[in-house]
Amino acid sequence: MDWIASLHGLVGGVLIGLSAVWLMGALGRIAGISGIIGGLITQRPKGDSAWRVAFLAGLISGPLLVMAVGGGLGNVAGVPGAVIGEPAGGVPLMLLAGLLVGVGTGLGSGCTSGHGVCGLARLAPRSMAATAMFLVTAIATVYVVRHVIGGGV
Amino acid sequence: MSTPAVKTAAGYIAGLLFGLGLAISGMTDPARVLGFLDIAGAWDPTLMFVLGAAVGTTFVGYRLVFARGTPLFSTKFQLPTKQELDAKLLGGAALFGVGWGLSGYCPGPAIASIGGLTLPLLALLAAMVLGWFIAQRIAR
Repeated sequence: MDWIASLHGLVGGVLIGLSAVWLMGALGRIAGISGIIGGLITQRPKGDSAWRVAFLAGLISGPLLVMAVGGGLGNVAGVPGAVIGEPAGGVPLMLLAGLLVGVGTGLGSGCTSGHGVCGLARLAPRSMAATAMFLVTAIATVYVVRHVIGGGV
Repeated sequence: MSTPAVKTAAGYIAGLLFGLGLAISGMTDPARVLGFLDIAGAWDPTLMFVLGAAVGTTFVGYRLVFARGTPLFSTKFQLPTKQELDAKLLGGAALFGVGWGLSGYCPGPAIASIGGLTLPLLALLAAMVLGWFIAQRIAR
């Protein structure tokens, strides 16, 4: 097993957890990306947008800061030191995937962060069910793409 | 202390911590995410460590935060109140999982990767935003 990659995962996971704790402790909000950013874009909530824009700016600047600092802090598979990995497919596949991610997180009231991190930490039954569901369909999708259609890449 | 500027700064700090976490953990690499989801292939456990550490930290941190009674810069904690496991929740989560499995992108890493923008990523982001609008229409 790649222990360095796993250590990166643990450290990054703690930072994501600290972000969620800070956002709840400071503003009383769930750190759900689809809720924060999706809500910002689709609803433009009056008096409730500035912190969302700032969150978005922070989210984008995080990886940029890691790139600027350098020193191999990124954890891209097979590319030591790289911070942002390449997409796994072309434009048509990403259009389909993006649509499903948008509609799915919109209808399902959350994604990997809102349900997967914050919801599980609150032991919320809806988040446990949603997380189990999207993990199962994601694993099934990768299985079909790689091992049924792709013949085991 | 609860001025708009303070709230905005607090939002930025939260986003920055989240972005740093995604970058350092390698979740800004779709190959790592797909490697985790590929249980029949060369399984990559990284995402399990990320999720485990994030949930553990949040589990402990939330308890400390909730024990204070109110947030620092806001009047109350805004927590979801819904309890039912309805078709919208489960169907939405199922669709999201398929998109996640096709691309290796969930919303956080996709947005955090804008610093390394590629045409496929731009396509995914645009379609995701369109999807959010469609979901809003359906849910109404």
